[in-house]
Amino acid sequence: MFSRAYRAAITLPPLLWVGLFLLVPYALLLCYSFWSVSPSQAIVRAWTLDNYRELFRVNVYLQTLFRSMWIAARVMIFSLLLGYPLAYYLSFYAGARKDLFYQLVIIPLWVSYLVRAYAWKTILGSDGVLNTLLQYVHLTKHPLEFLLYSPFAVVLTLTHIYTPFAILPIYASLEHIPRNLVEASQDLGASPLQTFWRVILPLSIPGVLAGATFAFVLSLGDFLAPLLLGGPGGIMISNIVVSLFGAAYNWPLGAAISLSMLLLVLALLLLSEKVEKKWSFR
Amino acid sequence: MATTIEPAVAPSAKSGAEPLLAIRKVAKSFGKSPVLRDISLQIAEGEFLTILGESGSGKTTLLRIIAGFESANSGEILMEGQRLDLLPPYRRRVNTVFQHYALFPHLTVEQNVGYGLRVARLPKNEIKARVSEALAMVKMTAFASAKPANISGGQQQRIALARALVNRPRLLLLDEPLSALDANLRRQMQVELKSLQREVGISFVFVTHDQEEAMVMSDRIALLRMGELEQVDSPREIYGRPATAYAAQFIGHTNLLRGEVRAGIARCNSLSWKVGLPDGPALFSLRPENIRWASSPTGGSDINVVQFRGKIQHQAFHGATELLQIVCDDGLNLSVRTATRESRHGDLHLEFSPADAVPVRESAERG
Repeated sequence: MFSRAYRAAITLPPLLWVGLFLLVPYALLLCYSFWSVSPSQAIVRAWTLDNYRELFRVNVYLQTLFRSMWIAARVMIFSLLLGYPLAYYLSFYAGARKDLFYQLVIIPLWVSYLVRAYAWKTILGSDGVLNTLLQYVHLTKHPLEFLLYSPFAVVLTLTHIYTPFAILPIYASLEHIPRNLVEASQDLGASPLQTFWRVILPLSIPGVLAGATFAFVLSLGDFLAPLLLGGPGGIMISNIVVSLFGAAYNWPLGAAISLSMLLLVLALLLLSEKVEKKWSFR
Repeated sequence: MATTIEPAVAPSAKSGAEPLLAIRKVAKSFGKSPVLRDISLQIAEGEFLTILGESGSGKTTLLRIIAGFESANSGEILMEGQRLDLLPPYRRRVNTVFQHYALFPHLTVEQNVGYGLRVARLPKNEIKARVSEALAMVKMTAFASAKPANISGGQQQRIALARALVNRPRLLLLDEPLSALDANLRRQMQVELKSLQREVGISFVFVTHDQEEAMVMSDRIALLRMGELEQVDSPREIYGRPATAYAAQFIGHTNLLRGEVRAGIARCNSLSWKVGLPDGPALFSLRPENIRWASSPTGGSDINVVQFRGKIQHQAFHGATELLQIVCDDGLNLSVRTATRESRHGDLHLEFSPADAVPVRESAERG
């Protein structure tokens, strides 16, 4: 239908884009992860597995990775617990206000991530809004120190930031449920609660999985929230990668950790896609 | 024309006994536009009632009010003397076969059919027995473990039917369940559905816009027009004795003769015949098949037969019959249905019996 030249002309830009900005960097990352750094801090371009050995030998890397996964898991759970009811309300009960509420979910995404993270800093800090309020109403005598610079602060902030990412796919999957299925369920004698458990929830599983994956994967790779609010106990794996590429100047080890993370995330995505397929019926 | 499948067993409570369902003065409007106005209708035990109407007549809304998915603005619905309209849909002993079947895509055929019994928390072995009985009834046993997406439309239709009937409802509602099927399958399902209904003895309320379907299947037809009942009668009665011009035209094909009655004689153009009607303007429905070739031309009209002459303007071949458009000598246009083998041409001599010119009202009384 289209001439070869035309097809080449329209496929070339995306190919170049993917090549230059994705494939080449990943290839470089792969190479770096098998190189090393000399004592004089020069990159030695000789193949070695030392970086991967280092990753499993030094406890702090794996510990931080597990802590990151635990933080991401909590963010995922809280995002789903907050996001599902909201998405459900939006899809089934919001009626004419549906569009308004939908916009309200989206609007926070327009605000810079940094601003939202800083906002939590002013809320949770020792002189922050929350502590001031608690002391003012005499619930506490001294500022609560665990609020800021802790894994708690990181989980809270990331939950706030990533909940919309959980809501949107859940909402989309709920919107796709034909309403006559809900009517059919009631017609067959199922109470609203039974209808939810037996029809609505199972049919929204693909959205829940997509939302869970978003929340988990985005949180797992986050480095700003732990940097700003995490304190020493809230460090995540990305902070280590940042410091290895920065101050520590150990790009090869940083590359090895990055690639390991990437593989982990890819495995999770594949798994979630597989489960999602099992649960989708259209 | 469609043939009526005669009931093997007559519906039990046509008169006298309390009706299964009584709809009393139900009205419904969406916003400012009225959809149903003062609908009163009774459904007998074991009856096959069809709500027939064009799209927008309110037939689906009426069905949804009975099922409980919509609530009426006024009026009430009683089932065996108890208020039905105050119950939520899941407490009504009414089940629905939805237009697009509404089978649960994540459940197998078997699980779909057993859904109502499972939510009612019946014992497992009873569920199993009743589900396999229901699947056998609709001849779908072989597909028990298939998912709805993997069976055909006709098969989905059977499953939707089994899923509703397995709960042994007092009343089954069917919302144009055959409209998605192709013509042959549709005719076959009409017959099956009707005999199934006789077999289980459950009252059916069947909604359709297809008058032929309504005639084939129903004990009674409730003809709905713009939110009002035009006529409620048996198919034979409604076809033979339409109450209104709309009923006459919607059910079957007809000629409407507009005329004048004076001193017991009806006149329409040059045609005239004896009637037992008061003086004034009158409207008559004359079915095309009731006009025939004149046996012995008398040149005029006597008491028992009305004769006239005309020419064929248009001829449509329908297989066993032909539908002719005739222009009478006095300019009147008439449709005439004749047997194809008796086809004639040229200048024609025709007649009909005055008894076949059924007086009809302009429309149902409003208000």
